Amino acid sequence: MTPDTLTGETLTDAETRDLRALAGIMIPANSTYGVPGADDDLIFAEILKNLERDTADARTALGQLAGLSGGSFADLAPERRAEIAARFKQEGGAPLFALNRVVLLCYYRDDRVMRSLGQEPRSPFPKGHVVEQGDWSLLDPVRKRAPMWRRV
Amino acid sequence: MHDKVDVLIIGSGASGAAVAWSLADTKMRILCLEQGDWVKPTDYPTNGRNWEARLFSDFAINPNRRARETDYPINDANSPVKVVNFNGVGGSTIMYTAHYPRLHPSDFRVKTLDGVAEDWPVDYQTLEPYFAENDRMMGVAGLAGDPAYPLHQPPMPPLPLGKSGQRFGKALNSLGWHWWPSDSAIATVEYDGRAPCINLGHCTPGCAQGAKASTDITYWPAAIRAGVELRTRARVREITTDEAGMATGAIYYDAEGQEHFQPAEMVIVACNGVGTPRLLLNSVSGKFPNGIANSSGLVGKNLMFHPFALTYGYVDEPLDGNHGPPLNLWSQEFYETDRSRGFVRGYTLQLHRGTGSIVEAITSTAAGRLPWGEDHHKVYRSLLNRRLAMSTITEDLPEEHNRVTLDPVLKDSNGIPAPRIDYMIGENTRKMMEHGIARSKEILTEAGATGFGVEAPIMNGGWHLMGTARMGTDPERSVVNEWGRSHDVKNLFIVDGSIWVTSGGVNPTSTIQALALYIADSIKQRLANATLFD
Repeated sequence: MTPDTLTGETLTDAETRDLRALAGIMIPANSTYGVPGADDDLIFAEILKNLERDTADARTALGQLAGLSGGSFADLAPERRAEIAARFKQEGGAPLFALNRVVLLCYYRDDRVMRSLGQEPRSPFPKGHVVEQGDWSLLDPVRKRAPMWRRV
Repeated sequence: MHDKVDVLIIGSGASGAAVAWSLADTKMRILCLEQGDWVKPTDYPTNGRNWEARLFSDFAINPNRRARETDYPINDANSPVKVVNFNGVGGSTIMYTAHYPRLHPSDFRVKTLDGVAEDWPVDYQTLEPYFAENDRMMGVAGLAGDPAYPLHQPPMPPLPLGKSGQRFGKALNSLGWHWWPSDSAIATVEYDGRAPCINLGHCTPGCAQGAKASTDITYWPAAIRAGVELRTRARVREITTDEAGMATGAIYYDAEGQEHFQPAEMVIVACNGVGTPRLLLNSVSGKFPNGIANSSGLVGKNLMFHPFALTYGYVDEPLDGNHGPPLNLWSQEFYETDRSRGFVRGYTLQLHRGTGSIVEAITSTAAGRLPWGEDHHKVYRSLLNRRLAMSTITEDLPEEHNRVTLDPVLKDSNGIPAPRIDYMIGENTRKMMEHGIARSKEILTEAGATGFGVEAPIMNGGWHLMGTARMGTDPERSVVNEWGRSHDVKNLFIVDGSIWVTSGGVNPTSTIQALALYIADSIKQRLANATLFD
């Protein structure tokens, strides 16, 4: 895992296991849309690699999660994990938001996920995108208005 | 000790670049000190797959989050609006939206017209030729004939309407309200060596195509060709003065932390509405115990932000998403004062293009719209590229308790005291925001949107930093005179947004730069008749 560039912090193995279990609850795999979950091998590796400056918040959040779980969140039975996750979502606050953000940042740039959304898995530059000019005659009623600005 | 220069400019952003370019034709020796680096086009996020992620790391708009070694920290805990900026060649034009309206004629006369705040000591008519010159230098796209403004002709055609623009246009026509293509400092055709916009996505984290007019690719190449020296990684600690109270130069730190003294015949400050008061307040001497240029006690006071209210909803078909510049239309239906609304002055409605796919996921999660679990995918697909958004950019009136001071504890990496922001949104502004949110919902409803969301104020919305060293003719009520010279120090000038008297209700960069060009011309005229330091 890439450590926080500012503090050098990294997750422990136990925190990593809990985070993976949580990521799979946040965004589970879905066969209807043909997408992996956020706990998929490739996506989760990206999440760990990209915690960087959010590592401290992630550790705080995972500490809260372990507290709510009474130990390892990953080792709980699935039903109990779902209950704890729902409570954590309500109580996690800013550290959880930071952790959730990293999960989303990595999940929605995965090639498989982007293709399922009809997106091209590429950087914006250099190809760019097309935006239609649109119907400029829509502006005709505004062109007919008298000046609105206040004279001084 | 470096060789003495004729003109020392501190800060290379919107105003520093403009004043450097304008003064270059005097053939004086001109040096600009910039605390940041040049940004290479290949470094911009849209070169990579992780471009949205970098909005939250090394290209975050909030310097406390970005935390590059070229940034300085800001204590913004006592403000609902957080300062956003960029430190590097081009300053915050690297990360602005390039939405480029001018102030209106009425904005310079708010006391006379509406009985609030103060009139400016300059007016629209005086600045008009400088607006035009600046439009040409920066390269502005737009459409002549907007009934909300005196007639002017942007040099390039406007940005495309797109799907969202047509939705907004139809809705506003139905309501009978004004809308118009924005003036945008974005090349829509080949312009002065710049390639046209190819709709990479939102412009805020810099433009890899070079279509967006940041001053590192507009004014600076021209200024450097004309002989101006730009020295990067030079963080100024203080402006020095002599016994006569004249500025003698500046002390700065280089990238290795080595201290330097740069002597100068005159000093021009262009560090924005937070950086400038910070520098002036840090420039303490026996003659200026409360900071240089501060006999009025107004340095740092009257901070104005333009509090924003974001209002959005979702439509039933995909729109443009993040493709294209984020702002391409405005409505100024509610710009000029109408006292029946319950407030004075007014606001612009900025009509947005759309939201990036990951930002949509993040903001919808935060708003409680996007769930965890099995429903996540279905809900996300109902939101993606369907957001129709607009922001109310309100005129913020000057209030002395809104201020920049020096933090007693927080310092930057060179040990220079950091700025502290104390700011609260005024009652007039709050009413204006509420009015703007209500009108935005009417427009969104007319455009077929449902599921409204509001963020008011936008927390990371302190893009526009104004008023903290304001201009005026009375030395007791202003920091600089009507052409940007300090009342106290005859060879010290300020050219950035800190000299604004009032804020107007539009993005300020166009007017900041027109003012900088006007001040540069004022300096040149007085150089010619030897009255500059009288």
